[in-house]
Amino acid sequence: MIWIYCETTKTGTMLKLSNNGMGATKLLMEDSLYIDRDSFKGLKYMAGNKLVTIKGTRDGLTLFLNDQCSWDDILLELEEILSAKHMMQEEHVVSVKVELGNRYITKEQEERLAALIRKYNKLEVGQIVSNVMLRKEALKWKEETDIHLYNKIVRSGQVLQVKGDLLLVGDVNPGGRIIATGNIFVMGNLRGIAHAGFDGNRDAIIAASHMAPSQLRIAEMINRADKMDEEGTPMECGLIDADGEQIIMDRISVISRYRSDLDVFERRIMNG
Amino acid sequence: MGEAIVITSGKGGVGKTTTTANLGTALALLDKKVCLIDTDIGLRNLDVIMGLENRIIYDIVDVVEGRCKVSQALIKDKRFDELALLPAAQTSDKSALNAKAMMEIIEGLKPDYDYILIDCPAGIEQGYRNAVAGADKAIVVTTPEKSSVRDADRIIGLLEQEDIEPPHLIINRIRNHMMKNGDMLAVDEIIQVLSIDLLGIVADDDDVIKAANNGEPVAFQPKASASISYRNIARRILGESVPLQSFDEKPSFMDKIKKALGFKK
Repeated sequence: MIWIYCETTKTGTMLKLSNNGMGATKLLMEDSLYIDRDSFKGLKYMAGNKLVTIKGTRDGLTLFLNDQCSWDDILLELEEILSAKHMMQEEHVVSVKVELGNRYITKEQEERLAALIRKYNKLEVGQIVSNVMLRKEALKWKEETDIHLYNKIVRSGQVLQVKGDLLLVGDVNPGGRIIATGNIFVMGNLRGIAHAGFDGNRDAIIAASHMAPSQLRIAEMINRADKMDEEGTPMECGLIDADGEQIIMDRISVISRYRSDLDVFERRIMNG
Repeated sequence: MGEAIVITSGKGGVGKTTTTANLGTALALLDKKVCLIDTDIGLRNLDVIMGLENRIIYDIVDVVEGRCKVSQALIKDKRFDELALLPAAQTSDKSALNAKAMMEIIEGLKPDYDYILIDCPAGIEQGYRNAVAGADKAIVVTTPEKSSVRDADRIIGLLEQEDIEPPHLIINRIRNHMMKNGDMLAVDEIIQVLSIDLLGIVADDDDVIKAANNGEPVAFQPKASASISYRNIARRILGESVPLQSFDEKPSFMDKIKKALGFKK
C-alpha cells in the first residue's frame, strides 16, 4: 500500500508518497514533487469521485474501475488521471492490474483499455479481472473442466468424444474409441482405443478397472499394446512419464505420486 | 399379430441364411405360422437351402415394383402349410429395395403369420438397412472367431440405434475340441465382450452342409446335433426356458473299458 499525502503551499500542491503512513514525511521529502493546479484536477478523482481508484501493491499498481457508471466515463477519467504528469515519475516499468468489479467488457473494449494504459510509457497491462463472465463462456468452461459420465458400451466402430474428463461406466470393445480433452476413467474393460488429452494436454491420464487396450494415446503420443499381455491388467493407469518421452503404465493406487493435482475441485479453481 | 425378427451378423459366411432356414423350420415344426424373407437381393441363397428354388415365380423386387401381390410371390413350403418364403431377386441389386417398402411388406404379412424371419445380407450398407427396417427384434449370429465377434459388436452397436428390442445372440459353428484347447474363443468370453443375451449355441455339424445341399434344412432331422440346437433356440424364442446344450462327446466303448481298467480318467 502506498500512502499519498497532499500539502498545499503558495507555489502549488505537494504530493507525498510513502510505503507506510508513519514515515511519510521523513521518507519522502526528497521524492516529493510539486504539481500545478491543472494536474491536481486529475488527482481529485483519486480522493473524490472515485470512478477510478488506484492502489499500489508490491507487484505494481491496481486500478479499480467503478462498475456502476458508463464505460465512456471510465475511459475519460482514466485518460485524465494517467495523463497527469505525476504518474510518470516512476523509473521502471510498472505492471498494472485492472479490477473491473461486476462489469463485463468485450474484447474490443478490453483492447481499447489496454491501449489507453499502455499509451503512457512505463505502464504495462498485466491482468484484467472481472467478476462476471458470459453464460456461453461459463458453460464452455464448465464443459471443459467437468467429468462427463456415460453409462454405455462403446462398441466396434463407435466413437465417444467429450470435452473435459470422461468417466465411462461400461466397456470399450475392440474397435471402439473414446476421446477426451482431459483424463479418461473407465469403470469396465478397456479393450479399444483411448485418447486422453486430445487437444495436447500431456498431463492427462487414462485409468481403467480392466486395462487391455489395443492402443493408448495421450496428447500426440501413442502406445500400442504388446501382443503378450492381451489378457490385460486390473486397476491400471497410463500416463506420460516424467521425461515426457513415452506412455508408461502403473497401478492406479500409486497415481498420486505422478499427478498430485488430479483432484478435480482444485484443478477447477486453478484453471479459473 | 406376428413378430418380425431380423437375423444378421455383419460378417458374411457365419451362417445367417442357414440359421434363418433352420429356425423357420423349427418354429414351423412347433406349429407356428412362419414366413421367411430373403433380403439378400442379387445373392439369394435361402430358397436353395430350403429347396424351393425351382418354384420361384415372382420375387420381392417384383412385389416392390408392383408387378405382383405379396401373396403371389410367397412360396408355400410343400412340407408344411405353415411355412412360406418370400424370395429375393437374383437379377437386381440392393438398391431395388428400400426401407419403406420393406416395412409395408412386413406389416402386410404380420396378420397372417406368427413369425416373420428376415434373412439379412452381409455388410452394414443399404441391404442391412432394408432388412432391419421392419423388424421388431433382432438375432445376431456370430462364430467363435475374433473377426466375426468384432463385426457382431459393430452390428449390435448399429442395432442399438434402431427402434427395436436389444438383440439376442446365437453362436454358430462351435468346434468343441478347439474351444476346449483355447484355440477358439470361449462362449463366456464372447458374451462378456458383446454383453447381450445368449439365445443359443450351435455346433459345427457336417449334417448342416449335407442337409443344405439336399435342400432340406437340418432341423428336419431329429437326431443331428445342430438340429437339436435349432429346435432349442426355436423353443426359447417361444419363451420356454431350455438349458444350453453340452457338446461333450459321449465316451466310446473303448474309453469305458480303459476307464474301468484305470488307464484313463
